[in-house]
Amino acid sequence: MINLNAVYALLLREVKIFFREKERIVSMLISPLLFLFVMGEGLAGGHSPVPGYTYQQFIFPGIMAMVILFTSITYGLYIIWDKRLDFLKEVLAAPISRSTLFVGKSLGGMLGAMIEILMLLTIGAIFILPLNVWKALLCLAAALPMSYLVTNMGLTIGARMKSMEGFGLVMSFLTWPLFFFSGALFDLATSARYIQVLSLLNPVTYSVDLLRIIMLGQGAFTVWADLGAIAVFCLATTILGVSAFGDLQQEK
Amino acid sequence: MPAIKIQNLVKRYSEVTAVDGVSLEIPDGEVFGLLGPNGAGKTTLISMLATLVKPTSGTALVAGRDIRTESLEVRRNIGIVFQEPSVDDLLTGRENLYLHSMLYGVPRREIRPKIETMLGLVNLADRADSLVKTYSGGMRRRLEIARGLIHGPKILFLDEPTLGLDPASRKAVWTHIRELKETHNTTIILTTHYMEEADSLADRIAIINKGKIIELDTPAALKKKVGQDLVFLKGDINEAAVRALPFVDSVQRGDGRFTISMENAGANLQALLNAGGRIEEVEVRRVTLDDVFLKFAGQQISEDAEEHSESIFERIAVNKTQGK
Repeated sequence: MINLNAVYALLLREVKIFFREKERIVSMLISPLLFLFVMGEGLAGGHSPVPGYTYQQFIFPGIMAMVILFTSITYGLYIIWDKRLDFLKEVLAAPISRSTLFVGKSLGGMLGAMIEILMLLTIGAIFILPLNVWKALLCLAAALPMSYLVTNMGLTIGARMKSMEGFGLVMSFLTWPLFFFSGALFDLATSARYIQVLSLLNPVTYSVDLLRIIMLGQGAFTVWADLGAIAVFCLATTILGVSAFGDLQQEK
Repeated sequence: MPAIKIQNLVKRYSEVTAVDGVSLEIPDGEVFGLLGPNGAGKTTLISMLATLVKPTSGTALVAGRDIRTESLEVRRNIGIVFQEPSVDDLLTGRENLYLHSMLYGVPRREIRPKIETMLGLVNLADRADSLVKTYSGGMRRRLEIARGLIHGPKILFLDEPTLGLDPASRKAVWTHIRELKETHNTTIILTTHYMEEADSLADRIAIINKGKIIELDTPAALKKKVGQDLVFLKGDINEAAVRALPFVDSVQRGDGRFTISMENAGANLQALLNAGGRIEEVEVRRVTLDDVFLKFAGQQISEDAEEHSESIFERIAVNKTQGK
């Protein structure tokens, strides 16, 4: 069902476009860096839930999750543009299954997220939290499933949405809440009950936790709980995404 | 087995019926023209045949495969050149052709030589490595045509292939369409609202208006139905005497002049003028498909085109924004 040549072609397109729009790579990093350096510094006296680390170091894994979240969901939603500008028609008319198209797009989103993460890791390793190569590789590995599932969410919504006007709505009502209810900026164990409940339903929570375990050696859950939850969300978003792509038709 | 067999195909949008019960058979190797004003349903019909839009009811077999249940198989056998540009702006011309070849499963070692051939054919070899966003409208069009042809489809859909092209490029595209038919026996379905184009390329023409096929025949036969030659007369015309002439098919009055459809104007014009009365102005020309469309659809293609296309799409857009 999956046509590898076609996946390669779709991915090649994303790579070329990604590197031709360098401003996009940089702009995606701006707000995470503001959080990390301005808020992280401003609250430097703030309490860090993990002993032996500063607050800035504590939120660094959370900021990394933020970069993955925003890059991947924006990438997924970009399919609305593709639909409106008719570029998608060419791909929809091609003799490839919708699953192939979906895989190509997901991998494209993951690739974009990896490039951003590499940049953030480099900045972070220099200014905030020294990391060895082994830990950096583990972070990248942990970023992969998260960017996969978030890209899928973006693609699913993008495939069902009719116009770009919905873009802002998704960012306000989905992306920011996913970020704030993930424990990226504070310790979930000591937060209010409603925050804890909402965070448990949020895939980003488990990715933040996993990254925190890798970088700081301590998280709210166990590694296996995080991996299990992430696996479930990956599976669920794959099913949703493939079915949304199956219904994808040419606009008009 | 016909290349395409359409059975009572219908596509209904919220308020507009874009395609209203079309049935049609197109044999292998035919160049088939779909002629009609913008908004007549040509593009929707083609989009359904190319499995891009799901029909509301009815179905069609394309290359023997059902468009409702075997869309992947249908897509393997077709090529499509869209009316609106769908080449990728952020890639170069060559990259567009390469990606398309990969998506359509052209064997890897054939891709490069084929790209060179196609670039030469559409005259884009010298700009192949520039980004498409720097191309002119005509260049994009040519790239799009090259892309639709590169994987050598058995059935090719061309939606207004020469829209916005200069006369020289248009002639080049026409020549290539004829070559495809002759050398590869490609079945070609062509939509156009240029009469001249349909007339010079198509083996058969369907005139489509408001989602229905209102006439289907060879260009020559269609023209014959309207008459061979048209004579326009202004002045104080003796209508009864003109009608009585044996070579006159019909006489119509409108726009302050008489339109006389007749056989062989070359031989019979003198007799017509003698019988016509006091004539101030004479114009003689061969019947074009424009006249055919005017006769069968009751309206002219050109004057109706803009208004009609707007009304359908704007009404859909308005409905969508109002959440209907």
